[in-house]
Amino acid sequence: MREILKMFIVLGIICGVAGALLAGVYTGTMDKIEYQELKFVKGPVIMEVLQGCTNNPVDDRFKLKYGEEEVKFFPGVFNGKCTKMAFETKGSGFGGDIGVIVAVNISEDTISGMGITTHKETPGVGSRAKDSVPFKNSFAGLSINDDIKIKADGGTVDAVSGATVTSKGVCAGVNTGSTIYKELKDQIISKAKEIK
Amino acid sequence: MGLVREFTKGLWDEIPPFRLVLGLCPTLAVTKTLKDGLGMGLAVIFVLLCSNVLISILRNIIPPKVRIACYIVVIATFVVIVELVMQAFTYELYQDLGIFIPLIVVNCIVLGRAEAFASKNGVLASAADGLGIGVGFTLSLTVLGSIREALGCGTLSLKIPFTDISHVYNLFGPSFKPFAFMVSAPGAFICLGMLLCLMNIIGNLKKS
Repeated sequence: MREILKMFIVLGIICGVAGALLAGVYTGTMDKIEYQELKFVKGPVIMEVLQGCTNNPVDDRFKLKYGEEEVKFFPGVFNGKCTKMAFETKGSGFGGDIGVIVAVNISEDTISGMGITTHKETPGVGSRAKDSVPFKNSFAGLSINDDIKIKADGGTVDAVSGATVTSKGVCAGVNTGSTIYKELKDQIISKAKEIK
Repeated sequence: MGLVREFTKGLWDEIPPFRLVLGLCPTLAVTKTLKDGLGMGLAVIFVLLCSNVLISILRNIIPPKVRIACYIVVIATFVVIVELVMQAFTYELYQDLGIFIPLIVVNCIVLGRAEAFASKNGVLASAADGLGIGVGFTLSLTVLGSIREALGCGTLSLKIPFTDISHVYNLFGPSFKPFAFMVSAPGAFICLGMLLCLMNIIGNLKKS
């Protein structure tokens, strides 16, 4: 009986100490890891949609509440003024959620660019949407009031051939982006004025 | 056996994965380049040293029946620390090593040293043992990574973790045709075998 009790106590204490230690390290590195993920995973895509900006969008990021969720916004400064705002939304594709970065031109209320961060689409089929320049360019200049659809559904976007579901998912992601932007527009614009 | 002996045995006599044929999975998977081999080795040194010291301290408290569970908890804790720190400070290395960092938990070398050495020896001896085996493993991975990268890609990429020092040396010039087989997993096996063969030849020469 004493032996069993000792086993419980020792293992329990070791697990407890280990858990506490890990919680400490996790809290300590949390911000740094978030920054690194933004820099290496989302950063390149953000820089692509905000090409030519003079600030560092990842450093200047801010968060706004959208319903229950927090959305991170990455401002892009052009000619000394913050005119573009990039943020990430989701659309459901063939293999799961597709992370879509939408850049909105806040002075014209148009979509200025789109990029894809994370996806689980079929390699070589749906995954081509991530690198297809014509597909990504076909979003530029569309109004945020448009319901963005692929041509097969009566819209204006050329779907990536063979990847209709992925293309639709990306469109849905961009549309969600428009909705978020319209909802938070006042807050976004007042934030944008602070950024130089 | 003095402390120095405990340390140096890991560098030749019991060097993993050549003499101590353990931990082959990460050895084959991450030694595609010099920098990945080195990064993996450093992570293993940290885990091995810390787990050996802690297990040696706790060796009289841990009840024998649950010792393996205790070792795994200790080892897993250090591995998760390495993983978090690596994510926070050297994210590119973390992206390269990927799943093989969490898999250090089940690396036989770490558990093997805990069970075979640290649970029976004092703190200092265990530290020397962990450090020796860890440095030996790092040396092996670095050498293996260098050979595979040099033959398979014609380059040597060096990056010291936690610093900005980073170099890619192009060894053979533009006319070099890469021996792509070396960067695939079977290439790693053959390279490992060749090196082991070389070590045996040197060992035999020493004896005679």
